[in-house]
Amino acid sequence: MDAAKNRAGLTKNDYMGKPSTLCKGCGHDSITAAIIESYFQMGVKPHMVAKVSGIGCSSKTPTYFIDKGHGFNSVHGRMPAVATGAKIANHDLIMLGVSGDGDTASIGMGQFCHVMRRNVDMTYIIENNGTYGLTKGQFSATADQGAKAKKGTDNPYPVIDTCAMAIELGATFVGRSFSGDRKQVISLLKAALSHKGMALLDIISPCVTFNNHEGSTKSYTYCKTHDMPLHELGYVPAFDPIEVEIKEGEIRDIALHDGSHLTLKKLGSDYDPTNKMKAIMNLHEARQSKTLATGLLYFEKDQKDLAGILNVCDTPLSKLQQRDLVPSRETLAKVMAGYK
Amino acid sequence: MEKKINDFSFRVATVNGTGSQSANNILFKSLFRMGVGVCGKNLFPSNIQGLPTWFQIRVSEKGYQCLREHDDIAVLMNPETAKDDVAWMQPGKSLFYNSNLITIAPDQLKPGQNIYGIPIEELSKTINPELRHLLKNLFYVAALSHLYGIDKDVIGSVIADTFKSKQKAIDANLVAFNIGLDYAKANFEKKDGFMVEKREGANKGKIVIEGNSAAALGSIYGGCTFLAWYPITPSSSLAESVDSFAGKLRADGTGKSKFASIQAEDELSSIGMVIGASWAGARAMTSTSGPGISLMGEFIGLAYYAEVPAVIWDVQRVGPSTGLPTRTQQCDIQKAALASHGDTKHVLLFPSSPKECFEMAGTAFDLAERLQTPVFVMTDLDLGMNIWMDDEFQHQDKPFDRGKVLSAENLTRIEAFGRYQDVDNDGICYRTLPGTDSPKGSFFTRGSGHDEFARYTESPVVYTKNVDRLLRKWHTAKKYVPAPIITGDPKAKVGIIACGTSNPAVTETMDRMNNKGVKYLRLRAYPFTKEVEEFIGSCDQVFIVEQNRDGQLQQLLEIDIRGCQPKLKGVRYYGGFPLSADFIEREINEKAGK
Repeated sequence: MDAAKNRAGLTKNDYMGKPSTLCKGCGHDSITAAIIESYFQMGVKPHMVAKVSGIGCSSKTPTYFIDKGHGFNSVHGRMPAVATGAKIANHDLIMLGVSGDGDTASIGMGQFCHVMRRNVDMTYIIENNGTYGLTKGQFSATADQGAKAKKGTDNPYPVIDTCAMAIELGATFVGRSFSGDRKQVISLLKAALSHKGMALLDIISPCVTFNNHEGSTKSYTYCKTHDMPLHELGYVPAFDPIEVEIKEGEIRDIALHDGSHLTLKKLGSDYDPTNKMKAIMNLHEARQSKTLATGLLYFEKDQKDLAGILNVCDTPLSKLQQRDLVPSRETLAKVMAGYK
Repeated sequence: MEKKINDFSFRVATVNGTGSQSANNILFKSLFRMGVGVCGKNLFPSNIQGLPTWFQIRVSEKGYQCLREHDDIAVLMNPETAKDDVAWMQPGKSLFYNSNLITIAPDQLKPGQNIYGIPIEELSKTINPELRHLLKNLFYVAALSHLYGIDKDVIGSVIADTFKSKQKAIDANLVAFNIGLDYAKANFEKKDGFMVEKREGANKGKIVIEGNSAAALGSIYGGCTFLAWYPITPSSSLAESVDSFAGKLRADGTGKSKFASIQAEDELSSIGMVIGASWAGARAMTSTSGPGISLMGEFIGLAYYAEVPAVIWDVQRVGPSTGLPTRTQQCDIQKAALASHGDTKHVLLFPSSPKECFEMAGTAFDLAERLQTPVFVMTDLDLGMNIWMDDEFQHQDKPFDRGKVLSAENLTRIEAFGRYQDVDNDGICYRTLPGTDSPKGSFFTRGSGHDEFARYTESPVVYTKNVDRLLRKWHTAKKYVPAPIITGDPKAKVGIIACGTSNPAVTETMDRMNNKGVKYLRLRAYPFTKEVEEFIGSCDQVFIVEQNRDGQLQQLLEIDIRGCQPKLKGVRYYGGFPLSADFIEREINEKAGK
């Protein structure tokens, strides 16, 4: 039987990468699989994908998906700068940044803040396991206060909540998920592709080797028992619209930039992701009640992305040729006259 | 009374933030428009308002562009420094001063000195109080105009151009100027021999410009489409000028721009953005100064090893650490040449004039894309922020060199694409850009160990082969970088080597030596080309003139050109002011033959 093809005429195989070299059972591998699945389903052209990462276990993963895309494994904590430069140079690229909690919340904190407030049109995934895996189990800044390290020590410092920061700093699409919730991760990844602006996804992704023990707040068991989805997400692509029956008060509809929709089915209380104050309050409450609030935390449609703010021309800058770029001889003569 | 026509210098001692800059520029440009050779050096503090600053305007028939250690005419506007300013002046010179705030006692004066007190505060009483503090500087402009023959009509035209359509500002300046002129006519008598004479048409084809503006303009005409930067003196005005020129020259006709600029959060980010943009195929640049280069170190190594183009303008200032941020040096030569950890070497360009800043801006992009590596343009505060007189810039017709980039169509004609395969055996491999629509076009850019197909590897054999190829590329670079320029007596056994802003001082020194018995090689790039080795080989003694303590250029020569060490003698100035011919001449006289 022929493998199923997407709207680009490609099979899932076209979205695969090299075999993973991470530990067996690593949460990051589930995210990799979700990226492959969602980009396949969306019919993304692989050669248009720019996969940019920093340093760490998470940052290795771009090798494991979409081999036909262009990868860039940069320096520790500096993925945002490279992604920003590349996206502005060629805004046709589909920019996917992959980072980890160490890469983002410690060494890369400055760049994280500024890429959020610039609203760069990209997906920024934090594969968040609360620990430094490659250097063997030190706490990261996203470890919860009081969480236990494998060596038995307690984390004395308060957590840095990257989602709360992102909302505060101007990111326009902020989601949190758990690598074990494949369906939710895929919905968020697809919606992130449809969003024109910064889509930050903080995905809790357990480290089976250094942070999966009793007392950890980033273990599989802990996440499974504490995950409280805010809503059930459904993604309706613009290229394949289906009628969704919306009963009053049951589903919230988020219209995305490319005409696609994200549906938020109510679970328990009604959550409005367009309310900034409530989104931040909700994160504080989740922390107090020691729950993992997942789903689309925040969404804002009417902000310009960075290319829009910079007023970049429609042709990607990287495609402009000498004839497009060199002002005429007459202009230089005119400029020279101003220095006489 | 000895006459000195068009060969002397003014020094204005003032307080920064008091409007003297505008007055000095009017003076400077008026001299230029009279056809006289001029050069302006601003010796200013790292401060916005209230600290001492000095501005030297040198007039010279030959158009010399370096600092003079002593001046012939001083204008003292700053009571705080007045005592030292008087002491600095030599016998026979003239001093103008604000007689309402400064007193000069007879015992402060040296033989033959002339003093002219201008009651600046009194005269300014009739001026609009809001503008008084700015306009009172016009009084000394008027006094100098009267006594030294600076054409008042030319000054009027410069004032008109400076304030363009703001008629009120023009009128206010002219009123102030005339008050000063009337006072000078009624009270001042010429006692010295310094005089400006008009040279009709002599400055045709010339401009006066700061190197940072020239670099910015060259970047726009050289195809820059992306700038990321972080404010740092003395490079900020370079980035701001790129922005400003792009606004005027890069509109796409639909209201959008064929250029993007980001003021980054720090230098780590600005270089990262440049590398990202270059990787995606744009001509991208940043500008910074020494501390910024230190911060960029890690990323520069990535660009070297992963072979991503980047253009970095280093407008050098006095270091180490914060150093003297508003003073000049050539103190980043080694830092830039070897920036980052591991075995790295970088291409450097050394412009020595605004015109060369303009031209090398394009060259830097050509080299970065041809060699797929960071290229540093090493300028400094003297070149970047002072006003230089130079030839008008010429529109460049040469095609851009975009280097070895494979298109989707190119890829159809090859069997397999290996990003780091040395197909042409020159150390430079072919690259593709993200978004290239070909199943063969993708590869993984990484700063970790990689093989010819850009795959991760820790193999010692592959690593060694790869970095050896990078060395091959380094040697290939010598074919592309601008060659040095050699002048002077070809048979001489005494040589001088210098680069960048040491050039005007060396050129003047050569003139003072009548170009006899000495020759001069002006370096324009690193790696050193064969001409440099041959030049040193043909000399018994070579003076390496540079503006740093440790002889950074000399050390690079000693490392790269085997056996040259015994011949080299350092002539080094590193006090932070621009280099003068007076200094070089003294040093060479003292060290020659020793």
